[in-house]
Amino acid sequence: MSEGSANGRPLLEVEDLVVRYRVPRGMSGALLRRPRRFVHAVSGVSLAVRRGEMVALVGESGCGKTTTAQAILRLVEADAGSVRFDETEVTSLSAPELRRLRRRMQIIYQDPYESLDPRFRVSATVAEPLVIHRVGSRSEQRTAVEHALERVGLAPPELFVDRFPHELSGGQRQRVAIAASLVLKPDLLVADEPVSMLDVSVRAGILGILDELRDRGLAVLMITHDLSTAARFADRICVMYLGRIVEEGTASEVIESPQHPYTRALLSVVPRRDPRRRVAPQILRGETPNPIEVPSGCRFHPRCPIAVAACKETDPELRAAAGARGHRAACLLLDS
Amino acid sequence: MTESLLGVEDLNVWFDLPNGGTLHAVQGVSFSVATGTRLGMVGESGCGKTTTILALMGLLPATASVSGRVLFDGVDVLERGEQTVAPHRWNDIAMVFQGAMNAFDPVQRIGDQILEAIELHKQASGREAERRVQELLEMVGIAPGRAKSYPHELSGGMRQRAAIAMALSCNPRILLADEPTTALDVMVQAQILELLLHLSNDLGLALVFVTHDLPIVAQTCTSAAVMYAGRIVEQGPIDALYHEARHPYTRLLWAATPDLESRDDVVSIPGVPPRLDAPFRGCPFAPRCDLATELCSGERPELKVVGDAHVSACHYASSLEVVS
Repeated sequence: MSEGSANGRPLLEVEDLVVRYRVPRGMSGALLRRPRRFVHAVSGVSLAVRRGEMVALVGESGCGKTTTAQAILRLVEADAGSVRFDETEVTSLSAPELRRLRRRMQIIYQDPYESLDPRFRVSATVAEPLVIHRVGSRSEQRTAVEHALERVGLAPPELFVDRFPHELSGGQRQRVAIAASLVLKPDLLVADEPVSMLDVSVRAGILGILDELRDRGLAVLMITHDLSTAARFADRICVMYLGRIVEEGTASEVIESPQHPYTRALLSVVPRRDPRRRVAPQILRGETPNPIEVPSGCRFHPRCPIAVAACKETDPELRAAAGARGHRAACLLLDS
Repeated sequence: MTESLLGVEDLNVWFDLPNGGTLHAVQGVSFSVATGTRLGMVGESGCGKTTTILALMGLLPATASVSGRVLFDGVDVLERGEQTVAPHRWNDIAMVFQGAMNAFDPVQRIGDQILEAIELHKQASGREAERRVQELLEMVGIAPGRAKSYPHELSGGMRQRAAIAMALSCNPRILLADEPTTALDVMVQAQILELLLHLSNDLGLALVFVTHDLPIVAQTCTSAAVMYAGRIVEQGPIDALYHEARHPYTRLLWAATPDLESRDDVVSIPGVPPRLDAPFRGCPFAPRCDLATELCSGERPELKVVGDAHVSACHYASSLEVVS
């Protein structure tokens, strides 16, 4: 383990991250010199993930959670802000430096039917990162592949190494994808909706693997729209709305005493398992506004059930809720 | 008990496979639906839920053979195949297909596509049909002006509302909805569920929800059927199905579902369902069941009454301890 954990700093620290995508103007737009427009996908996100911690980034489609993850791994370039991984600034690394660092940060995707190459046997898929990064001899690679497969519950490995993806179930494919992300012994694993394509009967198995990896010291950033999963598995939850984190705290703080009106509304519409447990749903009308034209002031104010006049003017910062240091919400009416 | 509107009796569906084999996808399914009630059909992928409701609509492909009875108002609609089912399809029983919101013609306005459905089914024509489109859009919560929108100009939630409006164009009495909120965000999902509940409560529409999402069924349905390997293994009022589940599979499904307010361990169900292209002996769930005995692998359990309108196909249904 490196110094990063010794002095108590988080392994991953993201500060004021901004990612914008340019909206194509088309030829007539360019000739007429119409103003350039941007999709403000991520507008000032800060978050931290420690070793041995699972942080869930939750929010609806289009809120910027996947773009945040991609910018952390530099799969897209940030327009502003910083991403520090074990005290190294990721946003300014040169290509060879980035390549070395990437061994330590891995990602698994939502769809195990799409993310595995159908022509690769399991052994080739899992060994590929080792081959690309030229780690170890053939036999060392083989051992690493077997270890990774055992770690994700595909045991005995001999039973799986020669199979093709079409010979595996959805849950097994996702296990293979996780094994491939583990062979390089990363310190950070980003999991983008890791179970949403899978049957409910196998989800717990996949989440259990992430849980165990976290217990062994891996930092896990899980992107999900499923609040029940975040509540059960994550240590901390960050709630995103229209490119911003509007609330963050420990999973129990956010779920049991949500402070932001958006979080409250979201939690009220999550269906509960027990038919007797009825929660009055606080259904927000309309849809999330378009991230090209972000509302003035608090970006949630047009849909907010408790907005006051000041909410149209002032863009609230994340502030700590009374009596809770790590529990913060971006609402002008916090604690009132 | 209210009079049953739809009765399904001993429904079986077989598919011819390209290799000459046969897959027995639905194996003796029976259930009934009364006006204004909401039935959830749940189970893992491939358990036969979608095939069951496609059979009710008479929409299975030519490779399928069907047996059993589907009674609508007491009349068997499957009796002479297409000839007897066609008059009921859309007029009495309608369906919102999985992914319907992505199945609109991209180059036709939404309103025109609904209009086409109305005219095709000779519900109305001309000005009256246009009025009907406005009425349907209003019913599902779409502003009348949006009739002129193209599908890509509407959000996913709005397109799903339009798909529901289209299914309602002939005033059906039962709506079958296949995964109606999958792929929608939780807030939009809440809006669609609110709409379906309104249609059921205020217009008396009977609903059959096919979904893999148990909490949705818990919060919106009056009863539920749990399917496994082509059969209903447990069925009952939703409260009993959660609090007094009498089949080990039902219990495991609940335990595999995380809940916002519970710190209970979430379990996975090891193993996979049996193949349906070969006969098997005993209880189809036995190989994955912790409680299975020799009896279970030798003899197939039939559905037995275990409570009020509550049936379970487990040899040990009555001795399963009631946990809650």
